[in-house]
Amino acid sequence: MLKVMGISLTTHGIFPSRRFVQVWWRHVMVWKKTAPASLAGSLGEPFLYLLGLGYGLGRFVGSIGDMDYMVYVASGILAANSMNTATFEAIYGGFTRMTRQYTFHAMLATPLTVADVVAGEIAWAATHSLISGVAIFIVGLPLGAFSWNMVFVVLAIVAFSGLAFGAMAMVMTAISPSYDFFLYYFTLVTTPMFLFCGVFYPVDSLPVWIQTLVTLMPLTHVVALLRPVANGLMPSDIVIHLAVIACYATASFMAAVALVRRRIIV
Amino acid sequence: MQPTIIFASRLAKRYGERVVVDAIDFEVRHGECFGFLGPNGAGKSTTMRMIVGMTPRDSGRLEVLGRDVVPEDPWIAQQLGIVPQENNLDPDLAVRENLEIYGRYFGLTAELRRERIDQLLEFAQLSDRGATPVRILSGGMMRRLVIARALIAQPKMVILDEPTTGLDPQARHLIWQRLAKLKESGVTLLLTTHYMEEAARLCDRLLILNNGRILDQGSPEELIARHVEPEVLEIWSRTGFSSLEVFGDLPGRLERVGDSLYVHGDRLEPVRQRVLERSGYSCLLRPANLEDVFLRLTGHELKE
Repeated sequence: MLKVMGISLTTHGIFPSRRFVQVWWRHVMVWKKTAPASLAGSLGEPFLYLLGLGYGLGRFVGSIGDMDYMVYVASGILAANSMNTATFEAIYGGFTRMTRQYTFHAMLATPLTVADVVAGEIAWAATHSLISGVAIFIVGLPLGAFSWNMVFVVLAIVAFSGLAFGAMAMVMTAISPSYDFFLYYFTLVTTPMFLFCGVFYPVDSLPVWIQTLVTLMPLTHVVALLRPVANGLMPSDIVIHLAVIACYATASFMAAVALVRRRIIV
Repeated sequence: MQPTIIFASRLAKRYGERVVVDAIDFEVRHGECFGFLGPNGAGKSTTMRMIVGMTPRDSGRLEVLGRDVVPEDPWIAQQLGIVPQENNLDPDLAVRENLEIYGRYFGLTAELRRERIDQLLEFAQLSDRGATPVRILSGGMMRRLVIARALIAQPKMVILDEPTTGLDPQARHLIWQRLAKLKESGVTLLLTTHYMEEAARLCDRLLILNNGRILDQGSPEELIARHVEPEVLEIWSRTGFSSLEVFGDLPGRLERVGDSLYVHGDRLEPVRQRVLERSGYSCLLRPANLEDVFLRLTGHELKE
């Protein structure tokens, strides 16, 4: 059996079956029970951000390029929220299901494989990002922060980025010994992305060497796609941005499957 | 002879230096209830996990329904119903939803799910609890629900890891009834337990496991006949224990455990009379049981 660092690369592979949809559906069933509270959170927080930053900070900044700051920051918040929602879901939800509740074990006592379970988790994380993205869009429209023109493209990008961030978070879930461990990930990965990847100001205002680092991070590419699209414009370098996000999603998914398998199938 | 459902030969598993399952052989046949008896840490659960594909084996052969077991094999999972030791019901869902989602994991159609869920709720005596969140069920109800859940895809075999551990006697008896009913309907059962009464009552054949090795296997009656005398007389003093020696040479095999003296033998009634003639002693004459076999084979020391 081919193994790298004790991780089997061949056991039933990394390809999920269609059954992963049932894992996703399980999460939908659970979400529906608390949907009102969850939606209130999804609507409330970005609304405060848009008001506080769009109006508050926007008054000083005015505009960036030829974009009003409210418009500028709204698309950034849409991107950052996609990252945060998927990350929290895959980390706290996923870790609880894997360790405390033994939900993964229960799933694996059925025809589901580890690849199915992980794919279902990530698909749900992305779905949650999408739900949250819709909420922000609805909140932002009356503030003039978004354009209707390409709303479905916007939501597709939000969901796609949710896949990448969900998969990345799933890797952390798979290797984490405890809830505290996730603070490293927030401090070292998601918070820096939140602050440096173009959510609040243009990346090209940073020193060149930081720009290079920032270009490697997925959120930069999500912002680069969402900012024009959310305002009805075509982005540039579409293929590159999509490819970077897809690479993060694929590599993280493969790693997450191998690591969850190593943790549970022992 | 009934066809073989599980076949294991030289089956072994180690974690680091520790050999948990040490080259064991056994076969489970169609329609029987087969028991794994052993103290904590004997390797029972590890063997179960290997059978259901949650743990890869290190060496030996292991087949379920003639198919080589590899982890995460959907085909094998489809044939088995699994009742794990730790309760892993979905705490975010209600009773009925737990069965509903499990049916989906097994790929059952909506129609099949609806039909079977009603039957299973009845089987588990949970028909009026469909909407109850599982968090607030009693231990016995949760256990019944876990068993019902394992039956959703009508498995050929149900594997139960300590099905009644931690339950009160009423709850335990109800589970035993349900398992007996299941066996009647032709489902093969494989269970682990450290309750001798459970093993004696449910199992057609047993395997006694200790430190990863099989000490013996057979029907409860065979095991008793093979390893212990037919009767046991337990003697204990009501006044303290300086003087169990007062009985002099009792016939049979004597064993002193803590504060009690055990006399193993045949036709011990006269011995009982002798003991009762002395004041200050109590005794109990009973047929030998699996517990005697178990203690004979695994010793009296605590296994931790």
